[in-house]
Amino acid sequence: MNIMSEAAVEKALDGKMNDISYKMIGRDVSVYYGEKRALYDVNLDVRENTVTALIGPSGCGKSTFLRTLNRMNDTIDGCRVTGRITLDGDDIYDPAIDVVELRARVGMVFQKPNPFPKSIYENVAYGPRIHGLAKAKADMDAIVEQSLQKAGLWNEVKDRLQESGTGLSGGQQQRLCIARAVAVSPEVILMDEPCSALDPIATAKVEELIHELRANFTIVIVTHSMQQAARVSQRTAMFHLGNLVEENDTDKMFTNPDDQRTQDYIMGRFG
Amino acid sequence: MSVSLLLLVVAGIGVMGYLAGSWRAGALAGGKASSLHSRPGYYGAFVAVWSVLPAVLVLLVWIVASPIYIGSTVRNGFPEEVKAEPQATQNLDYNMIGAISRGLSLLSAQERTALFADGSAARTVLAAKGVPLAADPAPYMLTSADTLNRMTVASGLLRSALVVLVALAGAFFSYRMIAPKFRARNRVEGVMLGGLLAASSIAILTTIGIVASMLTEAIHFFNRVPAWEFFFGTVWDPRFAAAGAAASAGQFGLVPLLAGTLYIGFVAMLVAVPVGLFAAVYMSEYASRTLRSVAKPLLEVLAGIPTIVYGFFAMVTVGPFLRDISAQMNGLATGNFASFIQAQSVLTAGFVMGIMLIPYVSSLSDDIITAVPRALRDGSLGLGATRSETIKRVILPAALPGIVGALLMTASRAIGETMIVVLAAGVAARMQLNPFEPMTTVTVKIVNQLTGDLEFTSPQTLVAFALGITLFVITLCLNIYALYIVRKYREQYE
Repeated sequence: MNIMSEAAVEKALDGKMNDISYKMIGRDVSVYYGEKRALYDVNLDVRENTVTALIGPSGCGKSTFLRTLNRMNDTIDGCRVTGRITLDGDDIYDPAIDVVELRARVGMVFQKPNPFPKSIYENVAYGPRIHGLAKAKADMDAIVEQSLQKAGLWNEVKDRLQESGTGLSGGQQQRLCIARAVAVSPEVILMDEPCSALDPIATAKVEELIHELRANFTIVIVTHSMQQAARVSQRTAMFHLGNLVEENDTDKMFTNPDDQRTQDYIMGRFG
Repeated sequence: MSVSLLLLVVAGIGVMGYLAGSWRAGALAGGKASSLHSRPGYYGAFVAVWSVLPAVLVLLVWIVASPIYIGSTVRNGFPEEVKAEPQATQNLDYNMIGAISRGLSLLSAQERTALFADGSAARTVLAAKGVPLAADPAPYMLTSADTLNRMTVASGLLRSALVVLVALAGAFFSYRMIAPKFRARNRVEGVMLGGLLAASSIAILTTIGIVASMLTEAIHFFNRVPAWEFFFGTVWDPRFAAAGAAASAGQFGLVPLLAGTLYIGFVAMLVAVPVGLFAAVYMSEYASRTLRSVAKPLLEVLAGIPTIVYGFFAMVTVGPFLRDISAQMNGLATGNFASFIQAQSVLTAGFVMGIMLIPYVSSLSDDIITAVPRALRDGSLGLGATRSETIKRVILPAALPGIVGALLMTASRAIGETMIVVLAAGVAARMQLNPFEPMTTVTVKIVNQLTGDLEFTSPQTLVAFALGITLFVITLCLNIYALYIVRKYREQYE
């Protein structure tokens, strides 16, 4: 892994020269659940306005890594994170950092659609309201409309904004959750297998959405589907048994990976 | 054969049936268990069920029916002049015959013959055997008692024979029915299902029985006191009538009692709801796992304290404390050391009842808050909401219907609570708004009206049933509404 680390540092330097900017940088990130170690010194950089896919077999630590990026692991009893993760150069595990503000900048979309049992409007307005982003009702209306537009849901729900968010279909619920995350204007959006509970048509819509969101946001997505990773991402990172195996351009990763284990996983030999 | 011995015999037949059935099924399978429809044990259980169940049913019917049949036969044998007597006298006679027949069975053959030769000595002879009689028996009674005895003995023999026969027949036929394709498992499970159904219907039937008995007594009451006087009367003055003085009718106004009940319940909820709810929020959202594992059971121990103990606590500690402190406060403010809170008061009863209700509120609400899916918490936290914002804006609103349901259930407990108010609220049925004065509740008055040696014919006692059914209807409505809300809330997440 140390070799990997050296390479990553070099790449970071290269990136600066080639004018690639890194939004989040993870160095030697390890995670423990009580006595059990779930991540081993992961070094992974997230490029700005890029979709980074995290792939790997179940239990490989990809979701765990994702959750370290906005400190959602804090809510789990007995979870400990070591190493260094920066967002625009600031260490997010610094005690001086307000985790609430961090999560406003690094939003999250979960595996299972989890709209609040409130109206569609209130679901989207929830984040802006707690962060005080809208002064007047008109501002809030604008935020809600823009967010739903960005999530590609506006045309489907504009006539029933006051209906319950839990009454939507699974795919619509997930796009509502994306709209909810977008409404706080985060810089990074983390997605934890956002399509695993959706049918193929809803999945296609969400993937299209991820494509469009890339223009404004940095996206990190955990997925079990190789095809999805290939379709939506520009960079792909492969995890195995808590280690980062390889991180590369998605095109290269799926045609000519550097690591044999990546090759095996992509070919379906294990996982 | 006594009933217990008979049951033992039937059980023995059942065990034999089980063994025989299992063995026969095994033998039919011939080592290939897969050729049987059910496991051999089910065939055994099938035989056992058919041996025991019909026999026990026959026994039950016999036990219920035979005394009725014997009784009517013996009564039919009464002389004509006795039959002409009123029913109550006949009943007394029959009881005496029962006593004589018990005595006769204790006598030796010689004593019996002597007794039948000379009936006048019956009372002394039987008294010597430890069977006292109220009066000298009429001559026909000895014959009747003898008939009674003979019929009882015959009935016993017949019963034993029939029951054993039914058990054996059941065992035999069910044993014959065993075949590899016979669906023993379905049959046995059908019987189990019937048993479960019977168990649950007992609870329901009991409730119906209680309601029916209360209702009949309440109707007796309403025959004497008009319903509108009871439900809308504002004066409670039942005036225990002196024996025979039927003229001194009381006034039975429900309103002051209901007012007291609701007022005390309201004060109790005022104490219990905030404390219990905050405790639940702390326990479910903030407390560490170790603290929770210690504190939650401790809190629930409060729920196990008998309410009479809370009553002591109210009467001995809280009431006097409130009275004394009010005297001190009054003295400091005005120089007059007179207490303005009475030891027995709405406040005392309500406060202590509130403490009693805290564990109900907190543990019900805790369950409901914990049932809010983790995904909602994560969703809110993931948007940058703080923990308290998450609780206020997502978790509590999501749990609100359930919490309201829990509070309604708690309220119905508060309304039905008896021991605390009996000791701490006072007995004066008054309508007033000062929480420092005593008031009384429906439950207290039920206790008052029914304590002592009473006959259940005067409105003074019958009113207790009218009060009881009123209380029952109120709490029933609250509970049904609460269940409805809770169920509706559950559907949201399932």
